[in-house]
Amino acid sequence: MKAPHEQRPVVQRIRVKYAKRGRLRFTSHRDFSRALERAVRRSRIPIAYSSGFTPHPRISYAGASPTGVASEAEYLEMALQDRVDLGEVLSQLDEALPIGLDVIEIVEATTSDFAATLEASEWHFAISAPEELLQQIPGAIAAFLQAEEVMVERMSKNGLRRFDVRVAVLSLVESAPATLADGDSTPMGDRGRRSVILEAVIRHGSPSVRPDDLLAALRIEGLASRAIVTRLAQGPFDERAGAVTDPFGPDRK
Amino acid sequence: MCTPGEVGISCYPWSMPSVWSDLEPLLLQVSKPIQYVGGELNSTVKDWDAAEVRWVLMYPDAYEVGLPNQGVMILYEVLNEVEGVLAERSYAIWPDLEKLMRENDIPQFTLDSHRSVRDFDLFGISFATELGYTNMLSALHLGGIPLMAADRTLEDPIVVAGGHAAFNPEPISDFIDIAVLGDGEEAVLRMSEIVREWKREGRPGGRDEVLLRLARSGGCYVPRFYDVEYFEDGRIKRVFPNRSDVPYRVAKHTVMDLDKWPYPKQPLVPLAETVHERMSVEIFRGCTRGCRFCQAGMITRPVRERSITGIAAMVEQGLNATGYEEVGLLSLSSADHSEIGEIAKGLADRYDGENVGLSLPSTRVDAFNVDLANELTRNGRRSGLTFAPEGGSERMRQVINKMVTEEDLIRTVTTAYVNGWRQVKLYFMCGLPTETDEDVMQIATMTKRAIDAGRSATGGNDVRCTISIGAFVPKPHTPFQWAAQESPDVVDHRLKMLRDAIQGDRKYAKAIGYRYHDGKPSAIEGLLSRGDRRVGAVILRAWENGQRFDGWTEHFSYDRWVAAAVEIFAGSPLSLDWFTTRERELSEALPWDHLDSGLDKEWLWSDWQEALAGGEVDDCRWTPCFDCGVCPTMDTEIQVGPTGRTIPLLVNR
Repeated sequence: MKAPHEQRPVVQRIRVKYAKRGRLRFTSHRDFSRALERAVRRSRIPIAYSSGFTPHPRISYAGASPTGVASEAEYLEMALQDRVDLGEVLSQLDEALPIGLDVIEIVEATTSDFAATLEASEWHFAISAPEELLQQIPGAIAAFLQAEEVMVERMSKNGLRRFDVRVAVLSLVESAPATLADGDSTPMGDRGRRSVILEAVIRHGSPSVRPDDLLAALRIEGLASRAIVTRLAQGPFDERAGAVTDPFGPDRK
Repeated sequence: MCTPGEVGISCYPWSMPSVWSDLEPLLLQVSKPIQYVGGELNSTVKDWDAAEVRWVLMYPDAYEVGLPNQGVMILYEVLNEVEGVLAERSYAIWPDLEKLMRENDIPQFTLDSHRSVRDFDLFGISFATELGYTNMLSALHLGGIPLMAADRTLEDPIVVAGGHAAFNPEPISDFIDIAVLGDGEEAVLRMSEIVREWKREGRPGGRDEVLLRLARSGGCYVPRFYDVEYFEDGRIKRVFPNRSDVPYRVAKHTVMDLDKWPYPKQPLVPLAETVHERMSVEIFRGCTRGCRFCQAGMITRPVRERSITGIAAMVEQGLNATGYEEVGLLSLSSADHSEIGEIAKGLADRYDGENVGLSLPSTRVDAFNVDLANELTRNGRRSGLTFAPEGGSERMRQVINKMVTEEDLIRTVTTAYVNGWRQVKLYFMCGLPTETDEDVMQIATMTKRAIDAGRSATGGNDVRCTISIGAFVPKPHTPFQWAAQESPDVVDHRLKMLRDAIQGDRKYAKAIGYRYHDGKPSAIEGLLSRGDRRVGAVILRAWENGQRFDGWTEHFSYDRWVAAAVEIFAGSPLSLDWFTTRERELSEALPWDHLDSGLDKEWLWSDWQEALAGGEVDDCRWTPCFDCGVCPTMDTEIQVGPTGRTIPLLVNR
């Protein structure tokens, strides 16, 4: 039997920040990784492959957002066989990805264990709904923030899980609309309904609390299906400033 | 790069009535929402207002099955290349979203601009199998298009059926306006021109006139222009045109010189996972092996090869356009290309070290050899190997004219094992004409011999074989079109016997996998394949009673179909059995006799008699013509190499 191909060694690792926008928020993580691998091949980025009979490209993903959630701050790391110009790779990769999966920034990795630095995320909820539903929101936020524990249930692969949402939520506010650029999909906006914007910072960890868990924890019937959720940022959490900071900070020196 | 404000529906550069804003909030509530959003790499959204002729092309099954379909992909690109013509795509909608769409009044939509399918001039549906018929009814109904062609107005699209099942469109003749037989590339262009001209003239004579113009062009079968009379015993008396100037027989289309039609040039690349995660290049069309069960092989004659250099150019362009890592060299029997060895070697040389995998989705047992196996795996990727002996015993393979000996098969499978494959898949059919229990049991015997040979050749126990077996369905335009289909009871009994013979033998139970499709769906497929116009009412009733997605075990209901057939056929000589398990005679008029595949009916009959006598017919590519009738009737010819050319290496990569 023939030996599998020897693969060339890794000479550079790069970290990519990308966005998942508009209708492409419906891509699942698996959908995204297939699209990315094809884009990498199309743009001829010198990606490193694992050895073995079915070599696969060496890409690691960190903290991917759930299907249906848009994001301005997703991250991944790639291992390369040749050194590349970061600016060139950015434009090639962005060009090769469908519109809506957009590359924002690329840095060379100089630190290790990148995934561990993604401690928290900043979430944006655009909620278009009938007035009677929107009126319940301020009270629901106040009640949530005052509570010590807010339990929700979610169906997972291992059955129904029950966990506390409150402990992971670092902040939650109702803000003025138009934080995102206007014209982003606002499904019900054209029907004369008002929109409400919520912003929250949620700590990563176990149990992992997703943005829809927070909406469920507000206990307003029909809220979750009326929200378009976007991750605005993820990275190290600065306790003093109470904000999510840039995870590429250390790589930029 | 798009800023947040530019994406979503606002990315469409012009305003048009789109269902997207109503659809989007529903997508969070359904499974795999990505299949409904469109925007695939290489998809096209043309300016609606600048187009004179607008097509929606549908594959009537789930997106994951429909998107990779080559037929739809080719026509989508061919049509969109024409000035003033646009084509968008639609796929079957799963019941979870269908329910929400009905509650929210959202019509069947296209993926490209999310427009209602009713807004288009022509609604082309590609039927690779008859099991898509109920999904067509769902799509029409969701689209607000009258189910019965007779009820449609100028506000409705012209519903066109294509694909292999369109060679007998009689069961769906109430629901379609037109059936087009054969290769679609030139046919859709000609149809577009006829519709364009009629629209430019101000749509004179309404719907009837445009259908008549299309029928008179000779390439479109318009069922409403033909009447059928029946004998009291249920058989067809005659089929005849009820309008002047429409042809008595409607002929299939044949595209000659595939190198002139290198489509798809820009294959669609979905975000969602689909059944084929690879790019396909069609290396030839047609087949002259003469396997008697094979409708595809009969209706796509003659063989027309794409040249080695044409193939290489398509592979290169397609890889660059898609980023796929695997290329499937597609055809009905890919190892039969006159230069397959040179093609495999040339492509493997060209993509050496680039982690590009090659696969032959359909490989004949006797054409496979060590060189080909090695070329296919040189770049490190090893896709599965599948062979289709189809019949378990030597006698059975003679009846179906699949001239493969048991020795061939064992030698081939052993070669695969020795070259590093640990697993091969073998396809068989059950319920073939004249088949006995013993013929089917022979599958177990042969597979065990193959495992033995593999174990001794590799010196280990690490060889596996999967048997995949389904029930045979006699198809129109084949020598078996007269045959009695085996009943589901007998098929299921034989499938169970075979399973026990394999799984009951401890020496092989772990080495042989067994996958089978039970006989009941095949009985319904048989009804839809060889049915006539009176089957339409059964399809409608089954659909009204909830039947959808007939190709999916979890959605298929045999009982629902049987109940519909019993109800509709009550008081008539017809029944499910009448259409399926009844053997026909030469003198009987068949529902598709007025549809011309080029095959001579006398020749098909003599080949059927030959089958019963155990006689074989050679491949006309290498032996003299045996008069199937296609080339003279259709004014076509076999187009094969070798060309003697080679695939050059690429420079500057």
